[in-house]
Amino acid sequence: MSAGKTGLKAEDRKAIGITLGNSNSSIAYLKEDNVEVIANEDGDRQIPTVLSYVDGDEYYGQQAKAFLVRQPKQTVAYFRDFLGKEFKDIDPTHNHASVHPEDANGAVSFTLKEKAEEDAAPSTLSVSEITSRYLRRLVTAASDYRGEKVTSAVITVPTNFSEKQKSALVEAAAAADLEVLQMISEPVSAILAYNAKPEVANVDKIVVVADLGGTRSDVAVVAQRGGLYTILATEHDYEFAGYALDKVLIDHFAKEFIKKHSIDPREDARSLAKLKLEAEQTKKALSLGNNASFSIESLAQGIDFQSTINRLRYETVGRTVLGGFTRLVESVIKKAGLDPLDVDEVILSGGTSHTPRIAHNLRAIFPESTSILAPSTSANAINPSELAVRGAALQASLIEGREAEEIEQATHPAVTTVPHLTNAIGVVSLGTDGEEIFTPIIAPETSVPARRTVRFDAPQQGGDVLIKIAEGNTHIKVIKPEPKVKSTNATVEDAKDSDDDSEDEDSEEEEEEKREKVWKVGSTLAEAAVRGTKSGAKVEVTIIIGADLSVKVECREVGGKGGVRGTI
Amino acid sequence: MTATITISRALPALPQGWEAEKDFKKVGKISGTTERTIEPVGPLFLSHAERLIHKRTFSEHDRVQAQERAKKIETEDDGEISEPEDPMMLARDAKDWKTQDHYAVLGIAKYRYKATEEQIKKAHRKKVLKHHPDKKAAAGRTEDDNFFKCIQKANEVLLDPVKRRQFDSIDEKAEVEPPSKKDLQYKDGKNYYKLWSKVFRAEARFSNNHPVPEFGDENSTQEEVEAFYDFWYNFDSWRSFEMLDEDVPDDGESRDQKRHQEKKNLNARKKRKAEDNARLRQLVDQAMAGDVRIKKFKQQKNAAKNKKKADKEAAEKKAAEEAKAKKEAEEQAKKEAEEKAKADREANKKAKEAAKNAVKKNKRVLKGSVKDANYFATGDASPAAIDAVLNDVETVQAKIDPEEIGALAGKLANLKVADEIKAVWQDEVKRLVDAGKLKEGEVKSLA
Repeated sequence: MSAGKTGLKAEDRKAIGITLGNSNSSIAYLKEDNVEVIANEDGDRQIPTVLSYVDGDEYYGQQAKAFLVRQPKQTVAYFRDFLGKEFKDIDPTHNHASVHPEDANGAVSFTLKEKAEEDAAPSTLSVSEITSRYLRRLVTAASDYRGEKVTSAVITVPTNFSEKQKSALVEAAAAADLEVLQMISEPVSAILAYNAKPEVANVDKIVVVADLGGTRSDVAVVAQRGGLYTILATEHDYEFAGYALDKVLIDHFAKEFIKKHSIDPREDARSLAKLKLEAEQTKKALSLGNNASFSIESLAQGIDFQSTINRLRYETVGRTVLGGFTRLVESVIKKAGLDPLDVDEVILSGGTSHTPRIAHNLRAIFPESTSILAPSTSANAINPSELAVRGAALQASLIEGREAEEIEQATHPAVTTVPHLTNAIGVVSLGTDGEEIFTPIIAPETSVPARRTVRFDAPQQGGDVLIKIAEGNTHIKVIKPEPKVKSTNATVEDAKDSDDDSEDEDSEEEEEEKREKVWKVGSTLAEAAVRGTKSGAKVEVTIIIGADLSVKVECREVGGKGGVRGTI
Repeated sequence: MTATITISRALPALPQGWEAEKDFKKVGKISGTTERTIEPVGPLFLSHAERLIHKRTFSEHDRVQAQERAKKIETEDDGEISEPEDPMMLARDAKDWKTQDHYAVLGIAKYRYKATEEQIKKAHRKKVLKHHPDKKAAAGRTEDDNFFKCIQKANEVLLDPVKRRQFDSIDEKAEVEPPSKKDLQYKDGKNYYKLWSKVFRAEARFSNNHPVPEFGDENSTQEEVEAFYDFWYNFDSWRSFEMLDEDVPDDGESRDQKRHQEKKNLNARKKRKAEDNARLRQLVDQAMAGDVRIKKFKQQKNAAKNKKKADKEAAEKKAAEEAKAKKEAEEQAKKEAEEKAKADREANKKAKEAAKNAVKKNKRVLKGSVKDANYFATGDASPAAIDAVLNDVETVQAKIDPEEIGALAGKLANLKVADEIKAVWQDEVKRLVDAGKLKEGEVKSLA
């Protein structure tokens, strides 16, 4: 995973985190234990990944993006995904309104006029050259902000970035005098950003990261086990992304314009570019407020256009697109062989995640216990646009002080690829009614070696205790909505939920079935006895699984001495 | 990673008749695993990688981590400044700043002259945050900035190196009184080194020269102890007593009085300095007087001196004895040599005579042999022939040395037959001719 330009001493490094996106990029660094997302000289923290050459001057970011209207043939946008790919493999859809990618002996390149002179020959720039120039501008912005030369970076990449694309990115960075310390995957970077919060406890959980960007959406299911992250499944989608929502708004307002003036502004390239920029602004405004205006001077044939839209209307016209995100998330959970009930946390990342409807839709498919981390559903959500870069900055500060060789060694497949348990390992304990309940100690998909410690109550009256270590797995128990047959358990929960209207209506009025996750005891691994526990005592069970899948069990009474040990 | 989760669920009681060796029974094995790739990010991944690369177990890793953490805490502790504030001190009047304990005001009384500038700054900042008059005003107590002024004064004095030295010079709380006789006698004087070390360490703060030698302990070498006393008898102190000056009136009217006061102050300083020097000298004297090491070294020195003397005498005695023995041995050798020479001479004489006799005897044998061989003639030998033969025998005898004569005589002694005798003579003559001792035909009769 790592590749770095050597010759840089660990102590001389000044590292930042970079998220290089198709639509927007971000830079961040760790300042006194807090991640600071760097604003460039225009004051932008989300810097459009656009590079423009106008009258011999180079523009990037927001300024270059503005040139998409007036100088589309001199402006390069949406080039990140082309890096390290052959011309035949790229999807040039999004480049229609900017410089078109060209085939240069299989490689991707862009032709534009770099010089100011009228008759200057246009130059052909390869995609890596463009990337390199863009990275240089990002690094300059970061260096200016920090007041010291930035030398190295951790860059986030999508999970489906190939080795070839990664090495192309490293080369492009090297050409911009930037050492790539490590490339980390975007979903995990987002999880890192959340786990860096001091109040977040390090617990084992299944996290779904939906990275919804401008041109693509990537969803990953990640198992977090003892602070280690394992990606279980991923899904990449190029249909349901930010641009699709823009298009909904463009079409909506274009129709309104046609109704008034019988002119279709989408037929003219410049009008379309104007519509696109304004639609994006309106979309962002609708994520924050209930109403937004949409106004363009001289949209088509010199006619100004001014209109408004409210969120409800937007969500109605964009219903199909918005619903697509939910289905995408559902499909990847299925792909991982899991159920929404297994998911502990959903992290919404990427600019499109600001859209409230997407988060609300996701809220509906997950149980109450699952937290949906998006601005509209969680008060302490981190700005989704900054998630990936925050994680990258944290990782950068973490490995900044290490030698390139050390990083290389730690990211070697021999270190990163380890066996993961298929089944949970736990202890058979007693429920309130005295029935046997499997209590997982080590969750499934935990990488080995692993160690967990759990404390149980000893029986009320004390005495000898049996500790039965067993494997276990879950199955989804579906309870048919027949109120009379309902178990006491379900009734209690219903009573508790009675003030929560949506859940109640679902289960009672629409007669939806109630689903819950149930642990099933599998094969027994070992049995141990702790003798003579005192009344009200606690029993501590530690399970250590070695790299060779050996299981070491230590059971003892808390505060007692000795204890039982055994190895399988 | 090591966080313990508590689950409020009871464990089942042990069923009747459950038995196992060491209360542990293996039943099954883990059913299956999947090879997956961990994302190489996050602090805990680095721990994982470290464990894997260094092949550490969890507990070993925990130990290493704990050690690293412990180190960090230690360095942080250094900056920790919190001392309880004496209510009497808080009620001080800022005007009496000359008599205030600046270190105590800043809450660094345990450091005193050892406090670093950084510690002083930190302590000051902390006190300012706590006692700022604006904060007190917010709490409803106006015009209460007396202690704050004390803080500011303390900071001013302690951050100015010159003023700080002046204050340290008269800082009585940093003084360590010389140990009393009772203290020194306690436990047979075992605390002697410890108590005096403390005193000298405190006094060392005034030294212009660094490093200041340590008082040491009973194992210190003579050089160390001597260097120590040498240093303290030649102590170069920066201690000064400006802080104890009487106030000089600064109104322009009484210039004379001002000068008088200044002069008085100057004299007082000089006097105090002299007193301090005398005090220190007395202190060193006192320490030295009770220092058993000095006695020990004196004894050792005396012992060494006596030993040297004894050694010298012994060496002289030994040398004399050796010379005498040598002389005697020489005389003995000389005597023996003389005796030997005499004996040799006598032996030689005897041998020579014996040889002479032997030669004579052999010569007789030779002559006798020719006679026995009838002078190599058949019948009666003519006198001429006898003469010739005998002459030749004599010639041969003259040519050969006594041993050869002996050998020849040996060969001839038992021979009676004329031919055999002649053959022996012929052989002998031939040998001599071959050896070039005789000329061919010189001894015809024997040839």
